[in-house]
Amino acid sequence: MATSSNLDAKIPQGPIETKWSKYKSSVALVNPANKRNLEVIVVGTGLAGASAAATLAEMGYKVKAFCFQDSPRRAHSIAAQGGINAAKNYQNDGDSVYRLFYDTIKGGDYRAREGNVHRLAEVSGNIIDQCVAAGVPFAREYGGLLSNRSFGGTQVQRTFYAAGQTGQQLLLGAYSGLQRQVGMGTVKMYNRHEMLDVVNIDGKCRGIIARNLITGEIERHGAHAVLLCTGGYGNVFYLSTNAMGSNVTAAWKAHKRGAYFGNPCFTQIHPTCIPVSGDHQSKLTLMSESLRNDGRIWVPKQKNDNRPGNEIPEEERDYYLERRYPAFGNLVPRDIASRAAKERCDAGYGVGASKLAVFLDFAAAVERYGKGEANKNNIENPSKEDITVWGKAVVKEKYGNLFDMYKQITGEDPYEVPMRIYPAVHYTMGGLWVDYNLMTTVPGLYALGEANFSDHGANRLGASALMQGLADGYFVIPYTIGSYLAKEIGTGKISTDHPEFVKVEKEVTDRIETLMSIQGKTSPELFHRRLGQIMWDKCGMARNEQGLKEAIVEIRALRKEFWKDVKVMGGKNEFNPELDKAGRVADFIELGELMCIDALTREESCGGHFREEHQTEEGEALRDDENFMFVSAWEHKAEEEWELHKEELIYENIKIAQRSYK
Amino acid sequence: MSAGNMHIKLKVWRQSNTNTQGRFENYSLDHVSPDMSFLEMFDVLNEQLIETGTEPVAFDHDCREGICGMCSMYINGQPHGPLRGVTTCQLHMRSFKDGDTIVVEPWRAEAFPVIKDLVVDRDAFDRVIAAGGFVSVNTGNAQDANSLPIPKVAADEAFAAAACIGCGACVAACKNASAMLFVSAKISQLALLPQGQAERSIRAEKMVAQMDAEGFGACTNTGACAAECPKEISLENIARMNREYIGAKLSSSAV
Repeated sequence: MATSSNLDAKIPQGPIETKWSKYKSSVALVNPANKRNLEVIVVGTGLAGASAAATLAEMGYKVKAFCFQDSPRRAHSIAAQGGINAAKNYQNDGDSVYRLFYDTIKGGDYRAREGNVHRLAEVSGNIIDQCVAAGVPFAREYGGLLSNRSFGGTQVQRTFYAAGQTGQQLLLGAYSGLQRQVGMGTVKMYNRHEMLDVVNIDGKCRGIIARNLITGEIERHGAHAVLLCTGGYGNVFYLSTNAMGSNVTAAWKAHKRGAYFGNPCFTQIHPTCIPVSGDHQSKLTLMSESLRNDGRIWVPKQKNDNRPGNEIPEEERDYYLERRYPAFGNLVPRDIASRAAKERCDAGYGVGASKLAVFLDFAAAVERYGKGEANKNNIENPSKEDITVWGKAVVKEKYGNLFDMYKQITGEDPYEVPMRIYPAVHYTMGGLWVDYNLMTTVPGLYALGEANFSDHGANRLGASALMQGLADGYFVIPYTIGSYLAKEIGTGKISTDHPEFVKVEKEVTDRIETLMSIQGKTSPELFHRRLGQIMWDKCGMARNEQGLKEAIVEIRALRKEFWKDVKVMGGKNEFNPELDKAGRVADFIELGELMCIDALTREESCGGHFREEHQTEEGEALRDDENFMFVSAWEHKAEEEWELHKEELIYENIKIAQRSYK
Repeated sequence: MSAGNMHIKLKVWRQSNTNTQGRFENYSLDHVSPDMSFLEMFDVLNEQLIETGTEPVAFDHDCREGICGMCSMYINGQPHGPLRGVTTCQLHMRSFKDGDTIVVEPWRAEAFPVIKDLVVDRDAFDRVIAAGGFVSVNTGNAQDANSLPIPKVAADEAFAAAACIGCGACVAACKNASAMLFVSAKISQLALLPQGQAERSIRAEKMVAQMDAEGFGACTNTGACAAECPKEISLENIARMNREYIGAKLSSSAV
């Protein structure tokens, strides 16, 4: 297979270890006087957006940043719990840039690009340095040095963390850097603004159309480059761990204006989330993967065992991950842990009222830590009660906020009874196709962080999303954007009076008019729920040809119904969350169709993409490297019509193998 | 699956925009499940309103897991409702009784004007951070992270202050609409860490000056802010901020 001539990933030549350093020392530069005249728009202020906006402003570019929330500090990166990976080898356990690179490629089931992932591993250490310098209070040991823990799919401790609130602390660090630039006037911040389209002039991206969500005003903003840092599209499933506002609109508009969409069907289902409690459910809450450091996952050996978890004796428990994957046990990667939970529940061993849950149990950890405390304090023959008290205190220090959150949501105390967990949609590895420079197929239009497809292949390892978001924003785009902007120094200010701005703005306002004028019977919320149900049932944890074909038909019908029957209350020239939601749901419906088409086309199983027709005898994902070792990059042609372009994946530094965690 | 059987009456603040008068409207909801979150109860209310052709209630919310700080309802006279250490989105209907009447208002503060219904403008907080809530370190200048050991106690204390989610409950809780808890949390975090020392004085001065300029009230030490803070940010931070501020004023004439 050869890479489509439409795609050029622009991976630098040479050995993998030197690609990035050679690139950095040879990439075109923009002198300070010219930087002042070059404008960059950053859409989204999560880890990727905030770090990019702040860094580009520090370098001297004129930056405008946009977010739909009331403050850039609210972006959903804030909710990341467990940690951030970096190849520091502070634990002296054999970690290295190569190992992080290797683990990430293997974890992604050999569907990520070598060049990008190696660069990610190279800059991972700089991220930790930068965050500490900015005042991020990472967890520390008594000696004052940084603490680490383990995450799935690795055998070293390379995850840095701040209790169960790592994303919050990292985002607030990036946000403070951004606000510093806002205060200095080098970044102009537009909060409560939603990007509704991109404007391309003569084949280059030259700006965006945004809606002021308070007044409803439609605004034109011109720039020499536009960075989409708008996160993932997990909310296409309605229920996910994403924030309620997380959406695909910015990325989707870019796609319809010429940016190819990479691997749309690669979705991460996270194994440890709080199960659905009823039809009113609006979102799902993650219980951090870090809990699998100490929690043991099990189901009863007997089907339909309705006893509370703590009353089921040890010998009647099936610790199925430890049984199936002795080498990695409870710390297998997410896709594998999720499928194993689904397998047990489908076979009738699930627990809780819905039977769609498994236990995550800390009793063994409490006992182990309790004994450890007794040892530390030279207490011989401690009582069982004392061990439990001490053990619970240690568990509380490590995971207290997660346990509190669990208790608050479920009404059950996880210090007393095992948690009930079930997989839920969490992250999307797919996203806008980008080259090594993070540029999409539209010149001047970039995608960073979860919004691009680039580093995680078919499955992302835990604690790697924060790493990628900050790598892209702090350390990659500040260099790679120079290769484009160096050629833009003669362009001059982008005029928003250009006919193309007028035209795109009109298309945006016409669409809003249409949405407001339908006045049907069904709210955007109900359409969203119906789309989510189709996606979860037929394009979720397991997929097959028949289901995907049905889903495509159903989604097309849903789209037609939406444009006939949606009911949007309120007005267009005011604060109107219903209108915001309607536009986002309309885009999710179109994306859902493409995800199903992509899943149908990829006739293999890999990572989070599990086609039931393609599995080993033990039920593991069965890749087809001969025919599918490529990135799917979809070009939008017309309604219901896309063209597939393939980027061949070439592995020169890693030996391809059947992924095994046994 | 839990079938809901609670009956709830709501008195909700409705206001079209910043420039119009608001009023309370009464609503009634059947089939509320105790497992619903407070915001999911509002989702049900809004679907009910849409069905009857009434404009739904606008409210701020995003992550719904208690960390983004966007949700901001003043419930029965308390920001984020009756529970300690819990945001509105993590409050569940099992904390209420069948037949209860619940009064829901927006944050009330001059510095937080109402945008619509329960949605307020909290840009003032962003401007306070922009005035000095950072370490001035450009990307690419950092030394190796472990070359700067920080005692665990200091790191933990800084983290406890940094856990602030910027929701504004402290301002809403305070009879003076003071933002001291919010501002002191950031000043404390950076004053406790070695990275924050270089700008320690100027930071305190600038952030306090911006806080005052935004129209937040003075602190009279009632402690309502800390009692209502969903992240249980401690009052000690305010004491530390006062020390930082006085120390800065004694030695500087910058602001």
